[in-house]
Amino acid sequence: MTRRSAAVSFEDVMATTEFRPAPAAHITVDGDACRGCTTRACVTACPARLFVPIADGGILFNYEQCFECGGCYLVCNEKGAISWSYPEGGAGVVYRRG
Amino acid sequence: MAERFDAVVVGAGPAGSMAALQLARAGRSVCLLERGPFPGSKNLYGGVVYARVLDGILPRWAEEAPLERFVTRRVTMVLTATQSLAVDFRSSAWGEAPYNGATALRPEFDAWLAAQAEAEGAVLVCSTTATGLLVDASGAVVGVRTDRPGGEIGAGVVVACDGVNALLAKEAGLAEAPDPSHYTLGVKQVLRLPEAEIERRFGLAPGEGADFEILGGTGEVPGGGFLYTNRDTLSVGVVLSLDGLSRSAVRPEEVLAGLTAHPAIAPLVDGGEVVEFGAHLIPEAGLEMMPRLAGDGILVAGDAAGMCLAAGIWLEGVNFAMASGSAAGEAAAEALVAGDTTRRGLAGYEARLSSGFVLADHRRLRHAPGLVLSERVQRRYPEMVCNLVEELFTVRNPAPKPGVVQMARRAARRSGVGLGDLLRDGWRAWRTFG
Repeated sequence: MTRRSAAVSFEDVMATTEFRPAPAAHITVDGDACRGCTTRACVTACPARLFVPIADGGILFNYEQCFECGGCYLVCNEKGAISWSYPEGGAGVVYRRG
Repeated sequence: MAERFDAVVVGAGPAGSMAALQLARAGRSVCLLERGPFPGSKNLYGGVVYARVLDGILPRWAEEAPLERFVTRRVTMVLTATQSLAVDFRSSAWGEAPYNGATALRPEFDAWLAAQAEAEGAVLVCSTTATGLLVDASGAVVGVRTDRPGGEIGAGVVVACDGVNALLAKEAGLAEAPDPSHYTLGVKQVLRLPEAEIERRFGLAPGEGADFEILGGTGEVPGGGFLYTNRDTLSVGVVLSLDGLSRSAVRPEEVLAGLTAHPAIAPLVDGGEVVEFGAHLIPEAGLEMMPRLAGDGILVAGDAAGMCLAAGIWLEGVNFAMASGSAAGEAAAEALVAGDTTRRGLAGYEARLSSGFVLADHRRLRHAPGLVLSERVQRRYPEMVCNLVEELFTVRNPAPKPGVVQMARRAARRSGVGLGDLLRDGWRAWRTFG
């Protein structure tokens, strides 16, 4: 089916990309540090919308649809709140048309 | 130690595969590590490859590499919310040998290049992440740790081509703590359209491609846009200042949606089915962000070394990666033969880059990124130029036409551009690009 790109939901767009989730997260977020953060740059900048603010002021993070770009730890201004590495070999995003 | 090679190359992107190819060609044993399930699976770019750096190394690249289309139409476009102005250049010469740019999909192109390294004797190991460096008592790098059981690999030289995040260069103490203002975030959608429809819509003959570079289509976030024709897909995306993005309240996919909905772009992408979405950081700052390129037992090449040219009218990366990787491979092989893989023994790498285009272009264009991402170039000049052209071509009879100089003054004033700004930026542009 041919669809206009603008009419497709973000979830549908994300579903077009292949991910092979690793059993363990390659990014960890320190909730305590996030509660003191006022900028929440990761929430805006993550191109996969993986950082979600929660009611207690912390940040919920889902690693399974991560593009492994590294933007989150670069924009984070709470030192050490995001620990970032690459997922284990063979896991994570698999581009076919990158 | 489970394994030992003369050299270990981390990352089978264009830099790593070229390093491994040169090492293998020089008769050294070399292991090429790739964390993805196949080379290119983690890699994403605009993208156009300028592959003439391969002329002397893989002379049949134009026939053998999996290329999508040879670019024969280059459109440089300036957008405001409601206007667009384009320089639309075509050259049939670019469609023939020796060629200029070609669109290519990285999972295919990078896999092909890695296969060339394998054909020379490099040992490609995929699905394996290098988790750290092995260092001897003197601090020299002597191999890598991987996430495979018993997966330490000893090596005379490690060539770190592990991409823009440069984790190994940081671990080796060659790179400073990163500055987010040195990076942009590229966000891209691939849209499927029938091959013939792409050729009809973009006015292309079979096999020919179009490359659109766009300034000013990114709303409040400084950056730019791009649109490339592949064989039966389009790659459309935005490149956003990471700083600007994190300060804004706009998300990357919203900026991209704004671009694809622009009246000048929407008809070109209309009806395209999204078949992939992705994002990747771009090392934007050239020399400003470049790490030390060599340490004892280690060289850094490609994006990990900031070797990507993002200079407004010139946007190149894969060629810089291939050339730097090739130079690293040659220098590493030379050092191994001489039995000196210290920083001094590996100095041939930087010497090669200095005498070639890689460092010459970066030195010449070191001020370009700042100029291109400045508020005036991003917003005021596009608006000023579009307003001037609109004024030029709007017929206001029976009112008489004002003079062109008067129109230009008015357009500059409306966009808040002073004569001093124009002279200053004109001088900067002259010094940078001239």
